[in-house]
Amino acid sequence: MSERKNIFSLENEKELDIAWCPGCGNFGILNILKKALEEMEEITPNNFVLVSGIGQAAKIPHYFKNNAFNGLHGRALPVAFAIKSTNPDLYVVAESGDGDMYGEGGNHFIHNIRRNVDITNIVHDNRVYGLTKGQASPTSQQGMVTPVQVNGVILNPFNPIAVAIANGATFVARAFVGDIQSTKEIIKKAIRHKGYSLIDLFQPCVTFNKINTYAWFNEHTYKLGEDYDPSDKMQALQMAFQEDKIPLGIIYEEKGKPTFEEQLTIYKQNKEPLFKRNIDVNKLEGFINSMR
Amino acid sequence: MNKTMKEDVSIVLSGEAGQGIQTIERLLTFILKREGYYVFATKEYMSRVRGGSNSTEIRVSSKPVKSYVDKIDILIPLTKSSVEHLGDRVNEDTLIIADNDSLKLENKNLFNVPILSIAKEIGNEIYANIVAVGVILGLFKINIKTIEEYLRERFGDKGEKIVSDNIKAASEGYKLGKDFSENGEIKIEISANETLKDDLLISGTDAVALGALAGNCDSIFSYPMTPGSGVLVDLANFSKNFDILVEQAEDEIAAINMAIGGWYAGARSMVTTSDGGFALMEEGLSLAGMIESPLVIHLAQRPAPATGLPTRTAQEGLNLVIHSGHGEFPRLVFAPGNLEQAFYLTQQAFNIADKYQIPVFILTDQFFVDSYYNVKKLDLSKIENKKYFVETGEDYKRYDLSKAENGVSPRGIPNFGKGLIIVDSDEHDEEGHLTEDLDIRIKMVEKRLQKYDALKDDFVSPEFFGNRNYKYLLVCWGSNYNVVKEAIENIDNKDLAMLHFSQVFPFPENAVEFLENAEKIIDVENNATGQFAKLIRAETGIKIDSKILKFNGMPFSVEELTAKIREELQ
Repeated sequence: MSERKNIFSLENEKELDIAWCPGCGNFGILNILKKALEEMEEITPNNFVLVSGIGQAAKIPHYFKNNAFNGLHGRALPVAFAIKSTNPDLYVVAESGDGDMYGEGGNHFIHNIRRNVDITNIVHDNRVYGLTKGQASPTSQQGMVTPVQVNGVILNPFNPIAVAIANGATFVARAFVGDIQSTKEIIKKAIRHKGYSLIDLFQPCVTFNKINTYAWFNEHTYKLGEDYDPSDKMQALQMAFQEDKIPLGIIYEEKGKPTFEEQLTIYKQNKEPLFKRNIDVNKLEGFINSMR
Repeated sequence: MNKTMKEDVSIVLSGEAGQGIQTIERLLTFILKREGYYVFATKEYMSRVRGGSNSTEIRVSSKPVKSYVDKIDILIPLTKSSVEHLGDRVNEDTLIIADNDSLKLENKNLFNVPILSIAKEIGNEIYANIVAVGVILGLFKINIKTIEEYLRERFGDKGEKIVSDNIKAASEGYKLGKDFSENGEIKIEISANETLKDDLLISGTDAVALGALAGNCDSIFSYPMTPGSGVLVDLANFSKNFDILVEQAEDEIAAINMAIGGWYAGARSMVTTSDGGFALMEEGLSLAGMIESPLVIHLAQRPAPATGLPTRTAQEGLNLVIHSGHGEFPRLVFAPGNLEQAFYLTQQAFNIADKYQIPVFILTDQFFVDSYYNVKKLDLSKIENKKYFVETGEDYKRYDLSKAENGVSPRGIPNFGKGLIIVDSDEHDEEGHLTEDLDIRIKMVEKRLQKYDALKDDFVSPEFFGNRNYKYLLVCWGSNYNVVKEAIENIDNKDLAMLHFSQVFPFPENAVEFLENAEKIIDVENNATGQFAKLIRAETGIKIDSKILKFNGMPFSVEELTAKIREELQ
């Protein structure tokens, strides 16, 4: 293990001008993800791609040593989907904030769950828009006063866990950055899970969310016990609706469901990624001639 | 009543959506081509699944025909309203073959054929279209065995009953058609040429999709939108024989981001859409510009703004594709004029996109993608594909300025070599990491725009047609190639020539000489503002005052354009 220590760290890590506020939950996620990857022998900076959208959380690929695609607001999932489905040899993690994944990218969130492509989706959920200075996010709780929602949030909070389970996601977890050990294990399991996996990862925004603080998350969450059976879908759905005390851990897991890419005929006989393939011009010629 | 038609016959079949007009188009064109005729077919249709009035025009000729004509020599209406729908195109020269017991039309050129009752006798009104096919093939005195053979090929997988019913329907119609021909009432005299049976008969959609295949396209991500979705459907069909990943995206925004993600991983990806769908993709185009991603976009235009006329044709998307995307970055726009060009340019689009790491457009339109005609051959010996990505070393930098030639830094892909591939929609440094360093910003903008110079060396020249000592120069682009050519042939004036642009942007510099040599330039476009004429002015300073513009949703007809050009020559 020791030779893998820091393999995901940039050489100039110490001089990095990181855009996050001191105390931001994103630092914790960055460190936990690095540790998780270091512990996964099958993953290297080369066969791993971190895809993100826009926002403070979306800057995470820049503080890592790996392949990175920092694209457009809300569009991390279509990009991650295409990278994985055109080259299944790669490990692909799509990582961004709650605004990016559930707001701007809500349509992609729903449909990539349905695709069940083998990617991991880590959502930094701080229940507020940080980069644009504190407006409500899809997960902001009702009543929260913001510069825009001046009389408090009226909208129902988006329930990512329930939406994911209802749409057929095969791995749905909730984690809190304050619990380093459990979060790291969940990330490892999510990446190793075959199919789409969601981790809704609580992280405080120390500047703009004065409600959902470290203390609040500590007080309002609990860890699912050893006896919890994540394969029970109905029970998992019930967990998704627990609000006073929010369960942390793998809430739902379904094993053995075929992934998107496993079902593609292009990979049935030939496992090679698409970049290695070339059109057979003779075959094409025969095909065109058969259209006469 | 006696009528003889020579050399070039225009047959129009018209009916409601759902009456099998497209099936007729397919059957007739393929059988007639096999029998050695030149054929051209194009359809016009309403944006609905059932009802309305749709029609297909099939031109049959002893010489190549590739454009739309207003004249209708023979009309087969399957509903009463279709005659009215076709308006002035039905005149005293038009023969109408119809089941008049049910349609009750009043026309002196009417041949009453019990199409519907025959179909009902066979068992279903749905066979009316096949009876009509039979009538036309009877007029041409096609060998009945050829027809049976074709129907067997076409419907074989639907079971013996369906095949035999179709054959029966066609044969009953055939007898009637042949009778008209033999008793001299309707005479068609077009010479057939045995060698044409080996021609390809493909549509604009097929040409683009086959071109993509030839360009090593291995993935298509799209949201269906008429008239662009045909390419998605074609590639889905081709994926039964070739390795293509086909995914119907949840929306156009997803589609273009998927295609860019595909290229990032080394796949050759494309999207196909129409103007309205592309409007949604615009931000993705800008992303491709910023991260210097290759990208191929097929855009089949239709009348806009907004939903416009969803099933009609236009050339209104030129400004959109040239100006879309925020910021300044290079792109290339092809607008093929004929099926061969569509095939070769689409194939090239993948290599040019890959070589320069830029978005490349194939700009067609509804008329273009929905038209069929004979194509001699698609020459695959000319096909050369090169993948331009490189195996990376440990010190690889995606936007290495020192290694950039014409602004193009070597493109690596993940897990191929030791380098890391980092891309960012923010302005970025050489490694790909976001930066707010304003000096690097200048270098990166200059690097990206530098590609324009290289692209200018690699342009596809406009095609000239006509007498070199011309006075009048018709300027056109995209799908107007064939109709302008046919109009010039009709007019037969040595002072007249055509310059057709199949690359519209960047504007090919060698066009300037052609434009300057003309005494008068006449711009022909399917839009209301002369978008291409304006582009020419912006790029060359040459102002074009004479414009022939059509924007009612229909393509130019040969007769109409011929008349309008004649007016301009006076």
